[in-house]
Amino acid sequence: MAKTKSSFVNLIVTLAVITFVGSLSLGFVFDWTKEPIAKAQMARQLKAIEAVVEGYDNNPVTEKYKVVTLDGKDSLEFFPATRNGKRIGTAVKTKSGLGYSGDIWLMVGFDKAGNIIRIQVLEHKETPGLGSKMTLPSFLNQYYGKNPGKVNLKVKKDGGAVDAITGATISSRAFSESVQMAYETFQSVKHDE
Amino acid sequence: MMSNTSHKENFIKGLVKENPVFVLLLGLCPTLGVTSSAFNGLGMGVATVFVLVMSNLVVSLIKNFIPDKVRIPAFIVIIASFVTMVQLLMEAYTPALHEQLGLFIPLIVVNCIVLGRAEAFASRNTVVSSLVDGLGMGVGFTLALTLLGAIRELLGSLSIFGFRLMEGDGMLVFILAPGAFISLGFLIALMNWLKDRSAGIKR
Repeated sequence: MAKTKSSFVNLIVTLAVITFVGSLSLGFVFDWTKEPIAKAQMARQLKAIEAVVEGYDNNPVTEKYKVVTLDGKDSLEFFPATRNGKRIGTAVKTKSGLGYSGDIWLMVGFDKAGNIIRIQVLEHKETPGLGSKMTLPSFLNQYYGKNPGKVNLKVKKDGGAVDAITGATISSRAFSESVQMAYETFQSVKHDE
Repeated sequence: MMSNTSHKENFIKGLVKENPVFVLLLGLCPTLGVTSSAFNGLGMGVATVFVLVMSNLVVSLIKNFIPDKVRIPAFIVIIASFVTMVQLLMEAYTPALHEQLGLFIPLIVVNCIVLGRAEAFASRNTVVSSLVDGLGMGVGFTLALTLLGAIRELLGSLSIFGFRLMEGDGMLVFILAPGAFISLGFLIALMNWLKDRSAGIKR
């Protein structure tokens, strides 16, 4: 078969047809994967919440709400954990842009009094082997059970009580900052029983 | 029409003689970027195989309809469509892997191997041999990435495919970017040495 000539009309028609077919098939795939993607994202959030608060029987993801931070620049997602309709804790999704590279996203679990139950690192782009150690228990354990209102959870260099990760003070500082922001936002609103 | 033996040769050339990573040195951005573990290398490789095979297939099917002057934009639209599909499918069905590879999946669009094979092979050959070529190149790419990932994971985190072999810290540099260059350099040297030896050249 002879090759299509590079005439003006042919160029336009060919490209138009190819882009049309491309977008059409992409539309189908998008539609097809929409539900599984939403499900996967929900499962991921639930897993993170499960890791930071325990013993709830509701679905915190469907009941989530947003609270504006104290400086009013941002708002954090709150996932209420209830048992038999009673509030037992809250998972707060918080972030810091002060990390070594990119945003650090954390899920922090608070009990009703504002004590940190556990923390899960959702996403970070810190240096592997240095800042990435923020996901290890040896670092996270320093925060568990503490109340940021009573204990200064800054790194020791800033006068706080947290041992920064060796070689990753910036990452540790960003981590503490985002936990602090979650706590202050958490305290700024009343939570229903 | 090619005979069966040449299909076999066509496939094998992507693995060794024209291995995209070790010999052609194409697509080094994902090669160096994602191979911090064997599993990441494998995942990236499989995603690339899909895109390579599909784009080679479609390009060879419609090669006669595409006027010469717009062939590159046409190829890129085709490749980009398949890459976006892979991304959506991975996000839906392998969310963990998607999280790991994240940024690098869209970059398959500009992977020189994919466009290179469309331009240099699929647009000039039959459908079947283009399929075989895409598969061979893709498998060669996957093997190279998995091997590189395994070496870096072994030296950097003392584990392989996520299984910890030893306690303690590995050599951090192998997880970082310089380790990718160092490992790749040694692998290419090794490949060349093996090639020379099998050709009977002594050094």
